[in-house]
Amino acid sequence: MAPYIGTATSRVDGLAKVTGTAKYAAEYNAPGLAHASMVGATIAKGRITRIDTTAALRVDGVITVLTHENRPPLADNDQAYNDDVAPEGTPFRPLYDGRIIFNGQPIALVVANTLEAARFAASLVRADYLTEPHVTDIHTKRDRGLAVKDPITPLDALFAPPKQRGAPGPALDGADVRHDGEYYVPIEHHNPMEPFASTAVVESDGRLTIYDKTQGVQNVQRYLCSVLGLKQDDVRVISTFVGGAFGVGLRPQFQAVLAALAARALGRSVRVVLTRQQMYVLGYRPAMIQRIVVGANANGTLNAITHDAVTVTSQHENYYRQETGWSGLLYSCANAKYAHRLAKLDLPTACDMRGPSAATGVYALECAMDELAAALKIDPVELRLRCYSDRDQHDNRPYSSKALRECYHQGAEAFGWHTRNPEPRAMRDGSELVGWGMASGVWDAFQAAITVRIRLSANGHAEVACATSDIGTGTATVMTQVAADMLGLPLDSVSVLLGDSTLPASPVEGGSWIAASVSNGIAATADAIRKELLRLAALMPDSSLSGTEADDVGLVDGMLVSRRDNARAVSIADAMRHSAVDQIEREITTNPIEDAARAHNTHSAVFAEVKVDEQLGVIRVTRVVSAIAAGRIVNTKTATSQILGGVVWGIGMALHEETAIDHRFGRVMNANFAEYHVPVHADVHNIKVIFVDEADDSNPLGIKGVGEIGIVGVAAAIANAVHHATGKRVRDLPITLDKLLGKPS
Amino acid sequence: MISSDDSDPPAPASGGSAGSVSLAVMVNGTRYPLTLDPRCTLLDVLREQLDLTGTKKGCDHGQCGACTILVDGRRVLACLTLAVMKDGANITTIEGLAKDGVLHPLQQAFIEHDAFQCGYCTPGQICSAVGLIAEGRAQTADEIRESMSGNICRCGAYPNIVAAIQQAMGLP
Repeated sequence: MAPYIGTATSRVDGLAKVTGTAKYAAEYNAPGLAHASMVGATIAKGRITRIDTTAALRVDGVITVLTHENRPPLADNDQAYNDDVAPEGTPFRPLYDGRIIFNGQPIALVVANTLEAARFAASLVRADYLTEPHVTDIHTKRDRGLAVKDPITPLDALFAPPKQRGAPGPALDGADVRHDGEYYVPIEHHNPMEPFASTAVVESDGRLTIYDKTQGVQNVQRYLCSVLGLKQDDVRVISTFVGGAFGVGLRPQFQAVLAALAARALGRSVRVVLTRQQMYVLGYRPAMIQRIVVGANANGTLNAITHDAVTVTSQHENYYRQETGWSGLLYSCANAKYAHRLAKLDLPTACDMRGPSAATGVYALECAMDELAAALKIDPVELRLRCYSDRDQHDNRPYSSKALRECYHQGAEAFGWHTRNPEPRAMRDGSELVGWGMASGVWDAFQAAITVRIRLSANGHAEVACATSDIGTGTATVMTQVAADMLGLPLDSVSVLLGDSTLPASPVEGGSWIAASVSNGIAATADAIRKELLRLAALMPDSSLSGTEADDVGLVDGMLVSRRDNARAVSIADAMRHSAVDQIEREITTNPIEDAARAHNTHSAVFAEVKVDEQLGVIRVTRVVSAIAAGRIVNTKTATSQILGGVVWGIGMALHEETAIDHRFGRVMNANFAEYHVPVHADVHNIKVIFVDEADDSNPLGIKGVGEIGIVGVAAAIANAVHHATGKRVRDLPITLDKLLGKPS
Repeated sequence: MISSDDSDPPAPASGGSAGSVSLAVMVNGTRYPLTLDPRCTLLDVLREQLDLTGTKKGCDHGQCGACTILVDGRRVLACLTLAVMKDGANITTIEGLAKDGVLHPLQQAFIEHDAFQCGYCTPGQICSAVGLIAEGRAQTADEIRESMSGNICRCGAYPNIVAAIQQAMGLP
């Protein structure tokens, strides 16, 4: 039987998804289910002086209206509202009191017998406020930001700017060529297709089952228990299918609290579904103002990089990632310095969004490298090869693997880069200017502790269980492939259970760490099953495997087979039945292999072609080649989709996406799909994904993860292509036609 | 500063009741007599009353295409359609595309081409593609892209969706 790992296996949940049987959080029913509609605050800061629910309560079918005045008890300390991935600060408490800290903040929940009654009645809730001055514009606070503190703990070090190295000031002064640029990325919203929803079902014994849209069922389960003061067994959280999340489902969302609160108050099952508009108050990619200064020698080697960033967070929590550190990591450069300040605004807290920190930080770095290449009159790929580093520049460690050089070569070859005319505005296709740009990408190859349970039945079926989510990344499929290979079973003899808080422990699904973590967890657990099978096989009379060492036996096609002599084999079913064992169950927790001596990263080289209408300024991204080095690719089909998706996100980031706030009200103005532009079919053309070979021994299966790396570098490659096409450098994303046709920036 | 929500609340309908309307629709070959609050959208009727949750709500404003269904053979946004407008209509949802356990060629092509990730926009994409093929106007990849642009896929599966539609259309 050929292995499944490394093949283009179709998704195991594909049938459910194309037939409409896959159920998402708002699609579970329960007897007597009530529908709830949330009411949001209409001011950005202040407090509620009076809230009037009488008109809402008069509507036929309305059961109750919950506000801060009549809600059931909620925890009264910050610790209770912390979750696995909460940043430092004071977490938001939904419906806790009359204090308003961001526009759209939930102030009431109308619960009714029907959705129509709930929605109508929600429009009748009225609030009076005492308002306070608010600030929601990053630019007004750019010079008054809170400096990110020097790291104390290892977690701090992961997110805080790295320490300075060398002497960047004198190095810049002595550089042959120096580029100094300011780059801006606006607030962006994740906009998963599935609205945030929680269906809180009151079971017959009074316990709650919450069908929730989340990337971490156990994180939500612990959070709800502590916020509502419930015992661990009282709440179960399930997210079998998640209709996209991209980071906004990492932290527990307030609609889960509202649904659970209402269900507890009424002793009745309640569903809360946020509207698309309301989803804009859940979390966002922080806007980022960044200044990069790079100094180079005439031969194209770097001698200094400085990267200063200001990013947005709320007044109540300090969210940040290591936005600036990528600049000093990626290229060989003896002198580097970073600064990161937080613009604390009267908004919800920012959160992780696909490729957090790298999507934005590397955008600025890779545009700066392109500008430097132009100044040096060196080809952009050649410049990156001259600055190539085989060692992690922060800690001067070797990489566990780094095939970025191959990415440049294979990507350039597939794109046809060598025929590029370096002069801007030199390439045309009819009335359109043609531009070719490129950029590098980098992300971390993380692993996390995880627990996997496998139950192997004598009938040859294996059930693999872990609480991780599958947010569309293909986790369930990867788990099935790995288990099938490790247990020597066909794919359809393996079933996967995930997205349920009662299953063995998993971290939240994010950061591209699940594929490596859960796959190696499955391998370790399957190994324990194999050893038990060998023990049983050796008990059989005249067993051909008696005396065989565990490492010498593999599982193949339902048999235990000696790796030295495949004539020595015992049927798994026979071995189990001989000892009257119907099922073997193992549950094992695996921890990441400590390997601080090496750096662990994924890399990419992205090449983009744009065509720009010279009169109208309309930009089309006609071709993208993304060459990825990310260790072993478990499933070439789903991994390709991950990269395709990342490229599409990069197109959106470069050309479309921007959350616009009316700062007079501190309110998002374009909280909908008509005015918050995301790429649609017509925006996406030819995208080619290449996975370069990259052997890695950081974990037994050599997996690195591909969820984030696909977006990193794409916006820069496109911005660089736009410059190549037009001769105009727009550093302020998104590159819209007004900026392209307007005055030089 | 004291501020208040500026508009007066609209008066609730008499007694808060919106009344009810009787109608019947044919969904996936089954006739459903219904008595409805006239405010019910076709999308909410399918999902909440007929338990046909394959049709998705993504925006409720006709901006994303997740709720695309076929009404009398034409693609329609169920969220922008009041159910009472469709008395007597013949409706096909994602649940009605496979016949006798055999997938519609588009469903099969979507699986083969990995034309989805999270799967939430998928029923709308597939129903929209069924409508597109029936319309017979789109013949090239660019025309398919243009004609499918009302169906957003945030996972970014667009290249695979277009490839799946081309396969189902028998295009090279």
